[in-house]
Amino acid sequence: MSHGERADRFTADRARAAWHDAALWHVRERRDAAARSVPEWEALRDLAADIKARTLANLAGHLEAFERNATSRGAVVHWAADASAHNRIVLELLRARGATRVVKSKSMLTEECGLNPFLERHGLEIVDTDLGERIVQLRDEPPSHIVLPAIHLRKEEVGELFHAHLGTEAGLADPTLLTAAARVHLREKFLHAEAGITGVNFAIAETGGLVICTNEGNADLGTALPPLHIACMGIEKVVPSLADLAVFVRLLARSATGQPITAYTSHFHGPRPGGELHIVIVDNGRSDLLGRAEHARALACIRCGACLNTCPVYRRSGGHSYEAVIPGPIGSILAPVRDPERHRSLPYACTMCGSCTNVCPVKIDLHDQLLRLRTEIVTAGHLPGRRRASRLASLLLRSPALYAATGRVARRLGRLLPGLAKRIAAPWTSSRGLPDLPKKTFREQISSSEKDLSHR
Amino acid sequence: MRDLADSRVALFLPCYIDQLAPRVGFATLAVLRGVGVAAEFPRDQTCCGQPLANAGCAAEARPLAERMLRIFADFDYVVCPSGSCTAMVRHRFADLLGPAAAALADRTFELCEFLIEVAGVDTFSGRFPHRVGLHHGCHGLRDLHIGTCSERAEPAADPVGRLLAGIDGLELVGLRRVDECCGFGGGFSVEERGVSAMMGRDRLDDHRAAGAEVIASIDMSCLLHLEGLARREGAGVRLMHVAEILAAASAGGEG
Ligand code: SF4
Repeated sequence: MSHGERADRFTADRARAAWHDAALWHVRERRDAAARSVPEWEALRDLAADIKARTLANLAGHLEAFERNATSRGAVVHWAADASAHNRIVLELLRARGATRVVKSKSMLTEECGLNPFLERHGLEIVDTDLGERIVQLRDEPPSHIVLPAIHLRKEEVGELFHAHLGTEAGLADPTLLTAAARVHLREKFLHAEAGITGVNFAIAETGGLVICTNEGNADLGTALPPLHIACMGIEKVVPSLADLAVFVRLLARSATGQPITAYTSHFHGPRPGGELHIVIVDNGRSDLLGRAEHARALACIRCGACLNTCPVYRRSGGHSYEAVIPGPIGSILAPVRDPERHRSLPYACTMCGSCTNVCPVKIDLHDQLLRLRTEIVTAGHLPGRRRASRLASLLLRSPALYAATGRVARRLGRLLPGLAKRIAAPWTSSRGLPDLPKKTFREQISSSEKDLSHR
Repeated sequence: MRDLADSRVALFLPCYIDQLAPRVGFATLAVLRGVGVAAEFPRDQTCCGQPLANAGCAAEARPLAERMLRIFADFDYVVCPSGSCTAMVRHRFADLLGPAAAALADRTFELCEFLIEVAGVDTFSGRFPHRVGLHHGCHGLRDLHIGTCSERAEPAADPVGRLLAGIDGLELVGLRRVDECCGFGGGFSVEERGVSAMMGRDRLDDHRAAGAEVIASIDMSCLLHLEGLARREGAGVRLMHVAEILAAASAGGEG
């Protein structure tokens, strides 16, 4: 099934699609206001893009510096070539300490690696502690947004879910009360956790420290209570210095939600006294991406979600329609780069409006990459029908005579065989009326008045 | 205003305007005549290849781009009443043809760009007593930078709006989402039917809520999509290309 077909199911519920669109548009408006509150916003984006380009150009060097400095602070660094290596490392760390109850703060990387189902298969309890993540975990579905994982759900649906799982009163849909119930539920998970897993927003090469940004403080609680902290990060999360970090911290929350800064921006420099800090650094296809000149810039992504919020297609099709770990414009690059055949429709879930490219805080050339990806997918032979149609169109359009004749035939077809014409036009007319066809094209009219252009 | 009497100017007419809305071609010629430009229509032109390039079929689009280079080689300026097709020539041809594309890219202008930047027109005179909603086509706005898009933290600029606002009696209405995409997107309009139609209906609603009698755009492709949706819903709003409004205004008022 293509993205378009999945999206049609989402838009079929007009009220939900309209509400989803409005909720995310509101986030974009807040982002716009936050961006305008910083006079040097556009220069800041240039700077961030520049830092990322420099960092990615010497990624190995920065990662090694990070490993050295993190190790000297008492952290243990592990390297994972792919998702299964990552999952194994985490499982072994947990097993070696007999930990069976684990809390985890938000991390798209562990989502990408399928860590939760993997640990559950091995008999461990893993609880997502970000409220939105916990909601989708209880519903046994993936997050639909990288910053707002449960944005596709209405408060009534969360109420029903909590009634079933947390025993809240039937019909309760007040967000404050639902949040309070989740808090009680999660508090108990925090207290009994034997290990805390977190994602990583930034790893600072110069200091060997980690920075984790949350609004709920769940990463802090999840690492302050249990003795073991496992932080999982992709290789692209490293920034060279503290000064560089400052640029990204200014951009991240403003781009994501329009907040000047996330409620918690926590620095972890080595393990806390009496605790252990393990850092798992994961490649899982990232160095392949780095080697692809056309798409390497996608590695600069800081997962702010701004491109999702501004994308008119994402807002109206919902995150699940992408069937990819990361939805929206950036996900429509990352997924097909990895598996072009399976995700071949994603680069087409785009009108080429270009708004994503203009909000991205690290200036990834998102819509240009999406266009290039289409060509790569067609060239690789994944859309043979489209290729055949284009070949024919190209031949017709190379000849002015054939072009004119085709236009005439189409017009006549419309008049003489309206039934057939209707069938051909069905994809267009499913929601639109047909235009009144002019009797003559511009070129036909102008040839009959070649000398007198004022005639019409 | 600059004197362009000695310049050779070609009209590059998008294929869908030729086939579906020839009146926009004539309006463009009339507007150009109004600023002293007698544009020629090279008859060999068909389509710039944008639909094929956007479909991912670069190899099939390339010969069409090469034809364009040949057909318009002898002109000082090439003027096109479409932001989208102009963006194709100016930015995407380089992907297909490399540096050779620059020769044409530098001489090709969208109509309003040409009026403002080349012909030096500040305001357009004439009369058009209607409430107009201006739909900013994405390629004109974000690829050609005819104006500033709302997500950039930069001073707002809207040259097309300024051009229209100078017309006597014409009132530009304020929209809630000033530059959201209409959802046409070429092949997108049929491959992503549900989203495409919803985006278009959302634009129509915004314009109607603002009290627009006419929705105007520099891109006919957006307007054909919106018109199709409006027709299906029986929505009472007219869709006009900016060239049609400019031509109607200078002709004396009613379009
Ligand atoms: S691609 Fe850019 S805008 Fe999108 S999530 Fe990543 S950093 Fe944010």
